[in-house]
Amino acid sequence: MGERQIELEVLRYNPETDSEPRFQRYSVTCREEWVVLDALNHIKETVDPTLTYRWSCHMAVCGSCGMMINGEPKLACKAFVRNYEGVIRVEPLAHFPIERDLVTVIDDFMDKLKRVRPYIIPKQAKAIADGEYLQTPAELKKFKQYTMCINCMLCYAACPEYALIPKYIGPAAITLAHRYNMDSRDGGRDQRQEEIAATEGAWECSFVGACSEVCPEHVDPAGAIQQVKIKSTLDWYTEHLMPWLKK
Amino acid sequence: MAEEVNRKPYVRPVTSEWIFRHPRYLRYMVREFSCLFIGGWTLMMVWGLKQLAEGPAAWAAFLEFLKSPTSIAFHLIALGFAAYHSYTWFNLAPKAMPLQIGEDFVPDAAVAGAHFVVWAVLTAAVLYLAGAF
Repeated sequence: MGERQIELEVLRYNPETDSEPRFQRYSVTCREEWVVLDALNHIKETVDPTLTYRWSCHMAVCGSCGMMINGEPKLACKAFVRNYEGVIRVEPLAHFPIERDLVTVIDDFMDKLKRVRPYIIPKQAKAIADGEYLQTPAELKKFKQYTMCINCMLCYAACPEYALIPKYIGPAAITLAHRYNMDSRDGGRDQRQEEIAATEGAWECSFVGACSEVCPEHVDPAGAIQQVKIKSTLDWYTEHLMPWLKK
Repeated sequence: MAEEVNRKPYVRPVTSEWIFRHPRYLRYMVREFSCLFIGGWTLMMVWGLKQLAEGPAAWAAFLEFLKSPTSIAFHLIALGFAAYHSYTWFNLAPKAMPLQIGEDFVPDAAVAGAHFVVWAVLTAAVLYLAGAF
C-alpha cells in the first residue's frame, strides 16, 4: 500500500485556557486506505495526546465521529484522505457549541430526540402471551429507510434553519418521529404531533434539502419533514372542515 | 464525588457565510429568491386588471407598456426564475409524495416525470387558448 503526506488543519479549543478556537496544523504520513479518523488517531497517539474528539466504531455505525471536513459535515471514519487535495480542514460539527477541540455539546439534540418519543407506543398494549405485533413487508417498507438513522447529527450541521433558529426540532428528530408514526404497530402519533406539527417542528423547515444530501446512511430527512407537513395540513382540514371524521 | 469540571462551551457566531459554503445552499437561495420575480409579475397582472377596469385608454396604455423593452426584459427574467422554481419543486415532489403500490414505491423519476408531463400539457393548453398555435 502506498503512503501519502497530508496536512491537517484542526480547530482546537481548550475551555481552560482559550477565549476562542484556533487552527493547529499537523503533518501526517498516511497510508492510502486511511480515513480522516485514522489520521486523527495517529496524531493523538504519536504527536499530540491532548487532541480531543469523539469516536467509537470506525465503521459508520455509531455516529460519534461527525465533524466538518473541508466545510462539509462528514463522518471522519468514512472520509478517505485520498479523496482530498491539499490541506484538509477539520472542525467540530457546525451549529453546536464546542466543548473542547472537535467535541461538541449535543444536549440540545438529545433533549429534542427525547421530546418526539422515538419508540413504539402500542395502539393497544397486549400481554406477551398474546403473541407478536405482526407487520407485513409492505408496512415495514413504509418506514424502513428512516430506521437507518444513526443519530450522527450531520443533518443538523448541514441545516441552515437549525443554525438560524436553534429552537427548531430539526431533521433527525422529526424523521424519527415520522418513522414511528408510519409504523403500523404504533399508536403514538397524537403525542408526537404536539412537537413535530408545531411551529418549531416541521414548519420551520424551508426545504433546503441539505440534510438528505449529507446523510451518511442515505436516510431522507427532507422527505420525511415534507410528509409531516402534508399530514399535519390534512389533520387541520379534517379538524376544521370535516370534524365528524375525527375520532 | 466527581471532581467539579469547569465547562465553558464556545458558541460560534452565526453568519451568512453558509450560503457560499456549498453550491447547494446557493441553489436553494436562488429558488427562494425566484418568488420575488413571480410575486412581481403577479402584482403587474393585478395592475393590468385595474387598468382594464378603468377603461379602453388605460388598458391600451397597459398593453403598450407590456411591449416596452423594460417589460420584455422583466418577463424573460421572471420566466427564467419561474421555470427554475417549477423545475426544482417538481424534482422534489417525490420526496413529499412517495407513492407505494403493493410493496414497492413508484420510482422518483416517475413521480417527478408525471408532474413535468402535466406541466407541459397545461402550458400547451394555455398557449393554445392564447392563440399561439
